[in-house]
Amino acid sequence: MADIALAPRRAKTEIREATAWEQLRHNRNWLGFWFMLPALAFLIFFLAYPLGLGIWLSFTDTRIGRVGHFIGTENYEWLWDDAIFWLSVFNTLIYTFIASAIKFAVGLYLALLLNERMPFKALLRAAVLIPFIVPTVLSALAFWWIFDSQFSIISWSLKHLGLITQNINFLGDTTWARICVIFANIWRGVPFVAITLLAGLQTVQPSLYEAATLDGASRWQMFRFITYPLLTPIIAVVMTFSVLFTFTDFQLIWAMTRGGPVNATHLMATLSYQRAIIAGQLGEGAAISSAMIPFLLAAIMVSWFGLQRRKWQQGESND
Amino acid sequence: MSSVQIRDVRKSFGNFEVLHGVTIPIEDGEFVVLVGPSGCGKSTLLRMLAGLENITSGTISIGERVVNNVQPKERDIAMVFQNYALYPHMTVADNMGFSLKLRGAKAEEISTGVKRAAEILALTPLLDRYPRQLSGGQRQRVAMGRAIVRDPQVFLFDEPLSNLDAKLRVAMRTEIKELHQRLRTTTVYVTHDQIEAMTMADKIVVMHDGIVEQMGSPLELYDKPENQFVAGFIGSPAMNFLKGQVKVNGAAYFEGPNGVKLPLASAPANSDGKPAVYGVRPEHFTIADDGAEAEIVVVEPTGSETQVFAKLGGEQVVAVFRERHLFNPGDKVRLKPDPSLVHLFDDSTGKRLNS
Repeated sequence: MADIALAPRRAKTEIREATAWEQLRHNRNWLGFWFMLPALAFLIFFLAYPLGLGIWLSFTDTRIGRVGHFIGTENYEWLWDDAIFWLSVFNTLIYTFIASAIKFAVGLYLALLLNERMPFKALLRAAVLIPFIVPTVLSALAFWWIFDSQFSIISWSLKHLGLITQNINFLGDTTWARICVIFANIWRGVPFVAITLLAGLQTVQPSLYEAATLDGASRWQMFRFITYPLLTPIIAVVMTFSVLFTFTDFQLIWAMTRGGPVNATHLMATLSYQRAIIAGQLGEGAAISSAMIPFLLAAIMVSWFGLQRRKWQQGESND
Repeated sequence: MSSVQIRDVRKSFGNFEVLHGVTIPIEDGEFVVLVGPSGCGKSTLLRMLAGLENITSGTISIGERVVNNVQPKERDIAMVFQNYALYPHMTVADNMGFSLKLRGAKAEEISTGVKRAAEILALTPLLDRYPRQLSGGQRQRVAMGRAIVRDPQVFLFDEPLSNLDAKLRVAMRTEIKELHQRLRTTTVYVTHDQIEAMTMADKIVVMHDGIVEQMGSPLELYDKPENQFVAGFIGSPAMNFLKGQVKVNGAAYFEGPNGVKLPLASAPANSDGKPAVYGVRPEHFTIADDGAEAEIVVVEPTGSETQVFAKLGGEQVVAVFRERHLFNPGDKVRLKPDPSLVHLFDDSTGKRLNS
């Protein structure tokens, strides 16, 4: 019917061939390209270029103020035999592993707690975010005082309680220093984990818990069989970010210990900064930074495969 | 299976009382439908029966046992939720077997129970699927399957069909009724849809604003509503109500709006001049020469019947005819209610006046 009605009209109006320019002007992909351009430029200038430059520098003997030459893998060979570099790798792994594990446990606990009905809920939720809002350097300075060898409030309190007789040398002792920076990192990182997991918890339908109650589940069984499995996709995302942030941490360490004592808290990021900027060996510093890439890629791969849509998330939704 | 007794149950949220003393006896194996408009307290009552809400006062007993302080899982009930509440990360089989698993049943015991329920509901080919991969009707059946597996004393349904499309709803209605006839488990079913209530129930309980307006078999409620609320709630299209006065002037009749004269079989005692509400179901109108004059407003043919909206004494009424009348808007017809089937309600209390 429609064809018959339209046929004579088509004959009347002459159809002019659209020029290439006109076609381009109406091409949605071409338009889309222009909309994407700012983001693309941003990514290239601020992410891809520095990354590429860093990798390139790691293959040169560039120093501050002197253009370097390509020296192949010499920087890496040098690092291979550098005990301090390996210590920083060890420190970074320990730091990341312990801090992330505790952040997950505490964050999940806080999220579950904040998801319960309680008075002043909104206020408590806001309070949890405080460590996250305070600038890192500011909180690092506060911790610096808290862990000061002379004026530490912890030492002072313990002395007054009669538990110790001498100040604890928090940031001067290698073990204590590691514990302190890990503690500070946990304090700072927990809010992110807690609030994100809380958001995840709130997407779980309350009726599932009611159904589980009638099915005879205890509180622990509800967590084990309902909450935890439904939360796994969010946990994977949060923990990937948490691991990446912790692995590349710089500010907190630099403000609190500068990698000391005896390099006990030197992370790969701080060592790289020390070698590249303070000592001026840009090539070597870049090599240390580049050495972080495989670790970060490994972390991303783990979450990538962990994050792949689980079977129960697949399939058509009919709602 | 067992009987359920709800005795003078009240429920308050803070200072706000939503149930004002509800008493409902439910016999062993009975299919009881709680029906009422939203906010009438029917879902709250069901949740109290399930143990998901506390009972403020009164008692609920299942079988011989008062369950006011019994944990939900100890009550031996199973509930089907409006949104099904299927665990999205478990297969159909795991969903259905979850309660048995929690009870610590052996793997083979669980699989036997699940298979039996799956066969009853024709779910066997779907056992390995996840809820997301199922259609609405299939999810509904899985939710019922989860209830059946537990072999409970009482089934509770909380508006189970409201998320389904109209056609599927009719099909599932039949399926649930069939299931009940087969299992004979005491069932309490909550809905706001009076058609669901009429078609499925052994006993309907009409609730409104936290009280029971009337309970009885579907046809009892339809034929003898105790008050104007029940009369208006049960039946579709709804009963027509016309305000006016009872007149006993030799023979009894009803003087409707604008003096329109409507027939009465008999007047209640001492009711001459009493203001009342005259109720007549749409299908109890006939077209007769001695009927009251009405002007056609809209005619809606449904195929099986014709719904006619007309102005009678200035008030809009609806009449349903099995015949295919070819009326046009503006036509005048004479509508006559069947006097033996009309209902009279008190104008102020809404209570039924005629027997």
